[in-house]
Formats: sequence, C-alpha cells, structure tokens
Amino acid sequence: MNENIAQTNPRHGLLLALGLLSLLVASCGQSRVTSQSANRLTLTGSSTVAPLATEIARRYEDQHPGVRIDVQTGGSARGIADARSGVADIGMVSRDLKTSESDLLAFTIAGDGIALIVNRANPVTELSDEQVVAIYRGQIRNWSHVGGEDRTITVVNKAEGRSTLELFLSHFGLENSEIRADVVIGDNEQGVKTVAGLPGALGYVSIGTAETDAARGVSIRLLPMGGVEASVSSLQQGRFPLSRRLNLVSSLPPEGLAKSFIDFARSAEVADLVAGLAFVPIRP
Amino acid sequence: MNRNRKTDQLLGVLVKGCAILAGTLLLLVILYLVHESLPLLRTTGAGRLLTDSAWRPTSGQFGLWPMIAGTLTVTAGALLLATPIGLLSALFCRCYAPRPLGKLLRRILELLAGLPSVVYGFWGLVVLVPLIARIRPPGASVLAGILVVAIMVLPTIALLVDAALESVPADYSRGAAALGMTRWGALRGVILPAASSGIFTAVLLATARALGETMAALMVCGNVVRTPESLLDPVRTLTANIALEMAYAMDLHRSSLFATGLLLALIVTGLVALAEVLSPEGIDA
Repeated sequence: MNENIAQTNPRHGLLLALGLLSLLVASCGQSRVTSQSANRLTLTGSSTVAPLATEIARRYEDQHPGVRIDVQTGGSARGIADARSGVADIGMVSRDLKTSESDLLAFTIAGDGIALIVNRANPVTELSDEQVVAIYRGQIRNWSHVGGEDRTITVVNKAEGRSTLELFLSHFGLENSEIRADVVIGDNEQGVKTVAGLPGALGYVSIGTAETDAARGVSIRLLPMGGVEASVSSLQQGRFPLSRRLNLVSSLPPEGLAKSFIDFARSAEVADLVAGLAFVPIRP
Repeated sequence: MNRNRKTDQLLGVLVKGCAILAGTLLLLVILYLVHESLPLLRTTGAGRLLTDSAWRPTSGQFGLWPMIAGTLTVTAGALLLATPIGLLSALFCRCYAPRPLGKLLRRILELLAGLPSVVYGFWGLVVLVPLIARIRPPGASVLAGILVVAIMVLPTIALLVDAALESVPADYSRGAAALGMTRWGALRGVILPAASSGIFTAVLLATARALGETMAALMVCGNVVRTPESLLDPVRTLTANIALEMAYAMDLHRSSLFATGLLLALIVTGLVALAEVLSPEGIDA
C-alpha cells in the first residue's frame, strides 16, 4: 500500500507548482494602463493624498456602476507632471500650487495639519519655533531650559516616509538626519499613547487625532503654534501655521466624469472618509 | 478491495498535492521577496545593507546592521528569560503539581498563548514603558522589548515542553521509581533526556516566534535605528522596520524593506539549519 502512494503520478504535483508559479509571474508582470475612455479615470501623485483619493474613488464607484478609477502614487511632482502631460486625468498634490504651476487648476479636498503634543502633567504651555528645532536637534535636552520642570525631554519622531514627518521637517527647516529621536513611532495613535505614558515626552501627530483624543480625556495637551491655538477649527479658518492643503489638480477645466468626481470629493458625502484618515474637511 | 485501493490512490494524490502546495507557498514567498528586493540589490549590492553606517532609505543609505543587532538582542534576551521559566513551569505542571492544579495552569498557559500580540504590545506601551521610564527615559527600550517578548514566548515553551514530557512513556517513570530513584533523579536522568528532542523543538519554535514578533516590538522598543549600548536604549527590530515604513515607502525605499524581510527569512532559515545540525535526533514536534 505504501508503495502505491509513493508511486502516484509526480506530474500532478508538478502541474500544481507550475500553475502557482504562473500566477506569480502574471501578478509581477501587470502593466500600468491609462485609458481616456468615458468610464475610466486615472489619478496619480502624492502618497499623502492617495489613500484618501482611493477611498473616495471606491465610494464613487459604488454609486456609479461601470465607472473605474485608478489611483497611483508617485509623489506630488508626478501628480503635477502627469496632469500637465495628460497621462493622468487628475493629479494629486499635497501642497498649494507654486506660481510656476499657475497653468494648472487646483481643487482642495481636505486640510492636513499637525499639532505638537506634550503630556498633560507637563506645565510648559508654549514652545517657540527655535526651541522646537533645538529640542529636535538634541541641543536642548531638559524641560527646565524652556521654562518647565527639571525633567529629561523624550523626543518622539515619526518613521521615515510618513507625510506627517515630511510636513514637520519642511515647516521647521529640519533634516531627518539631524533629529536626535528617543522614540520613533508609526501611526498617530501610537504617538498619542507614547506621549500620554511619558511625562517628559514631546511629539507631534495629526491635528484631528490629537484633538479627538485630548477631548476624550487622554493625558495629552496640544501646544499652540506661533500663538495660534492648535485645533481643527483654527486649521479650517486657515490660521494654523503647521498645515497644508491636499489638492486635486487638472490642466483643463474638468468636464464630465472628472468634474463629477472632483465635485463628489469636495462634497459633504465624503467628510467621514476625510476625518477617518485624520485629515480635516475643508468648508467651501 | 478494488474500491479501497482506488480511494487509497486518490488520497495519495490529494495528500501529495497538499504537501507540495505547502512547500510551493514558501518557495513563492521567498521568490517574491527576492523579486521585490532586486531593484535595491542591483543598485547597491547586498554588502551595503550590512556596511552602510546609517538607515536613511530616502537619501540612499541602507544600513541594516543596528536592526540586526536589535533583533538578535531582543530575541536572545527574551529566550534567556523565558526558557528556564517555561521549562520549570512545565515540569511543575506535569511532575509536581496535583492533577487539578496542573490542569488549571495548563489552561492558563493556553489562554496566554492565544492572546494576540497587539494586546501584549498595548500592555507594554501603557504599563511597562512608563515604569521603565522612571528609571531612565524614554522607557521604550531593549529591556521593554525583552520583557514583553519573553512573556509572549513563555507559554509557547511551557506548553510544548509539557507536551514533550507527556509523550514520555509512563513506564519510564515507573521504572525509575522501581529503581528507587528520587523524583529529581528520575527527571534528570530519565525523563528530561527522553523528552530532550521535544524540548529542543520548543526552544526553536519560541526563537522563531521571538524573531518574527512585530506589533509588540514596534510598540515598546522605541524604534530608533541605533545599535543599543545598554538595556535602557531604544532599539528597532527588523520586523518593526517593515511594519513602520512599508505603508508609505516607494521605489528603492520599498525595495529595501523587502530586502529586510528577505534577511529575516534568511536568519530564520539559518537558525533551522543550525538546529538540524545541533540536534542529535533531528527535529520533530
């Protein structure tokens, strides 16, 4: 009997393996398709905007059967270039357009801002930009130098590649290589928990997350920036300095499907998706 | 009879197919890792992963060494803690405790083994890290990682050793008792040697689990890419590196994270190979 099992046709197994291999090859060789047909829309650009655009696109597709929307990342620069050249119908850009880009039309779909947070037990109520820079460079290592208690500062930084890190660095003119971090975090919630657990911590997270958690009684406090209170409403009023706008851009005034999608992305119907990704809905 | 034979043949094909499927899946995963790491390996070569002085993937530096050191330190520390405790608690459950108590302890261990790692990580972040920060900030450190991972692999070791002890024939301990050996004498001279292969497997599986632990390590280790100089320094493990940066990585950065995964797979493979050589009777669970 045992011999029988051993002698079963080895080709069956081989076929199976070959089948699986061909699946792998097929998935690797997938090519990018851009089509200008009436029911397809291609978006390329910023990896900050892409997750939001993808979720908006899924909801739009659900409401408009037959429509297919491709979202591809590649940075804001690619969003600009592809919108100009027509490779993409719509570009995604995580900043305002520069004057050299005034040939394009921008449509803001959300705001993104970050708040500096400290532990609630920390008596420090405000830090100047210079102090923040010095702390993140490791030049100031104790809260007593910035008007607080005698306590070591625990510098909480974001992992490389995160858009929050990018915005933070560009606002303060810092390079990631100069930062002397004590803790590196991934998502916003981890940042909030870390700061809530360490009386000496200084960190930064998306403003929406920080405000919600602080209101829920988590032991953190948001620091004002340049005298402006860190809150979703000050961000929406455009007063909060550490912020940027997330835009969809297009080279021509959008028509048809593109116009319908952009209108949808700016409507109240997607406000929950915007808030779900810790961005801030922009009131038109 | 004929029908039985046919069923047998069919079963043979089915069993073989499943075994090949399992093997092929591993092969596919490795192939995919290699495929995705290739852009980086082609541009920089594998050597630079070990020799680059820093990890700044967005500016072309891909030094993984501090993270290899971090992974190995956390794993070794966790095993040093968990192995003796796990072994001894299994001995207690199986050989010393009254039956009901042993059974209760086993249930508790099974429960511990079943808790998802994010629960341990959360506990570590909220309770353990602030405690360690009282000794020296930031608290998120090698020590926190070792403690949390040790707690996580402890039930794995204890349950597997317990199963190994259970599989030792009862005649052995009866024989030892008949020879007038003390309980400890019988354990040391007869039962532990008879269960040694199972104990070895337990430690091996625990090592693999410790190496692969991601969420808990990410939450309590601090994730700073620096070779740790003390137990209270923050550290980043290879797994945490992938989980932290994969979501937003592009191009070579993304590729370098796949290379991190490939390296981790190589470490585990090396470990299993080493165990195969070291273990006198080969590995079997």
